[in-house]
Amino acid sequence: MDYSQFGAMLPELIILGLFLIVFLFDTFSGDGAKRFLTPLTTVLFLLATIAIWIIPGCDESVFGGMYIDDNACKAMKAILNVGVFLVFLQSAKWVESDEIAIRKGEFYELILVTLFGMYLMISARHFLLFIIGLESASLPLAALVAFNKKHYESHEAAIKYILTAVFSSAILLMGLSFVYAFSGGSLYFDDIRANVVNGQGSGLLIVALAFVLAGMGFKLSLVPFHLWTADVYQGAPTAITSYLSVISKGAAAYAFFIIFVQAFGPLFADMWEWMMYAVIIATITVGNLFAIRQRNMKRFMAFSSISQAGYVMLGVMAGGIGLASMMFYVFIYIVSNLCAFAVIQTIEMNTGKVSMDDYQGLHKTNPKLSFAMTLAMFSLAGIPPFAGFFSKILMFTAVTSTGSMALYMLVLIALINTIISLYYYLLVVKAMWITPGDAKIEAFKTNKCEKVGLCLCVLGIVFAGLVPYIYDYCVAAVLG
Amino acid sequence: MDLSMLWYLVPSVIMFVAGVYGFVTRKNMIALLISLELMLNSADLNFVVFNRYLFPDSKEGMIFTLFAIAIAAAETAIAIAIIVNIYRAVGNTDIDSVKKMKF
Repeated sequence: MDYSQFGAMLPELIILGLFLIVFLFDTFSGDGAKRFLTPLTTVLFLLATIAIWIIPGCDESVFGGMYIDDNACKAMKAILNVGVFLVFLQSAKWVESDEIAIRKGEFYELILVTLFGMYLMISARHFLLFIIGLESASLPLAALVAFNKKHYESHEAAIKYILTAVFSSAILLMGLSFVYAFSGGSLYFDDIRANVVNGQGSGLLIVALAFVLAGMGFKLSLVPFHLWTADVYQGAPTAITSYLSVISKGAAAYAFFIIFVQAFGPLFADMWEWMMYAVIIATITVGNLFAIRQRNMKRFMAFSSISQAGYVMLGVMAGGIGLASMMFYVFIYIVSNLCAFAVIQTIEMNTGKVSMDDYQGLHKTNPKLSFAMTLAMFSLAGIPPFAGFFSKILMFTAVTSTGSMALYMLVLIALINTIISLYYYLLVVKAMWITPGDAKIEAFKTNKCEKVGLCLCVLGIVFAGLVPYIYDYCVAAVLG
Repeated sequence: MDLSMLWYLVPSVIMFVAGVYGFVTRKNMIALLISLELMLNSADLNFVVFNRYLFPDSKEGMIFTLFAIAIAAAETAIAIAIIVNIYRAVGNTDIDSVKKMKF
């Protein structure tokens, strides 16, 4: 066997190496050295992120075409890495708390393993490798959701997550088995693309596509497969919630794009185009409407993330430029959402409060946190000149550039929903700045790591849209 | 003896539907897991049957099934671990006893 092929899997090897270092250090270091685990992991991960960001991708597929690490895949991995780095920064204090400190090594190890699985999902060009990546991304997440052993909610969230995850994998596998019947005996995306047209109009193939869409939809929490999202987000530890809501969603969105456009691309117009319309419209609208009535901030962010997933999915309708806007959207979504979650997590860590009503008058006691939260909400809602506005406008332009009337209608519905979303995002801002009454949360100091994480997020929100570097990076990576 | 593909596909679909039905109606978490196992196995059976009848020259479906079985085992292990935790926290494995978080 030609072992040099593994050289093409550089990002995966970096993450695996990092995982081994963290694992060995966690297992064999003495009690005194344990406190260096967090800084060590964070610094090494920062180096890995920089390495993945600057090394060029290689356009050659390896392992007989099962795996490719082209520029687009590598750019997506770099974007996810930035998000994971921010999550590490924000959870630095949480992992040192009494309850968690003894198991903090597991937290980093499981996160790195899921990240490895997501890398495989992104780079897979064969359904076997894709399923392995998908499962190694979603199974350790169940263990992470159950991480707060002393809290009942964490267990409830974990059982809901694992049962829906396995249910969706079963549906996905069933769909793939039907696809296999039409694939000419091969599960390579390219071979499926070549052979799947033979089944055009066949009922079995429609069922197969619907099953695959449903299975992936569960992972992305698209409506009507979203019912696990709010409970899991609420029950999981906040660090894990932020990881679930941005990183795993971003990776799944990219994989969704690759599978549907590459493997099932020829069937777009007559088999899955209308499924996508229905799912996208339902996702954006239902996510928005349910977010309005939430008072728990974590549930609120869950429904907001459902509706944002709908906007991400718009990219699937637009081909290559859609992929670039999707990656850019995911990047902006990562910085905005992680900014909001950092504030939620800090407040929860220091005071134990997660309800929106507790946020009233926050600006009197914690003006900097309120400011960061306000920027995050503005960016998620898409108010110019913050980054969320640019990601939305670039996504809409990409979708309408194909010029079909139906796509214009889709973008119109998405636009109307942006206005609805403005209402509930501003509810948080109103609670913090305008609602009269005494502050319910006393002043407290955030620690250094959280400060750095929040500053990076705020910088991202303010400048990632105004400075064209990142969008150009995405476009150059996708279109070459 | 010549069995057509349908003799395998119909039981596989019945297994899948039984799994979905069990997943929706059963109250015990272990029973839910068994239902999920049925669904996963019916997908595996499909792969093997399509491989054997439609593409007898290649082995891709068979190999996919091997990996899928291993993944299903991992899923069950994690789910059982979580159910044990729930049992410690609540005292039973009834799915109705974990409904604290709702709309």
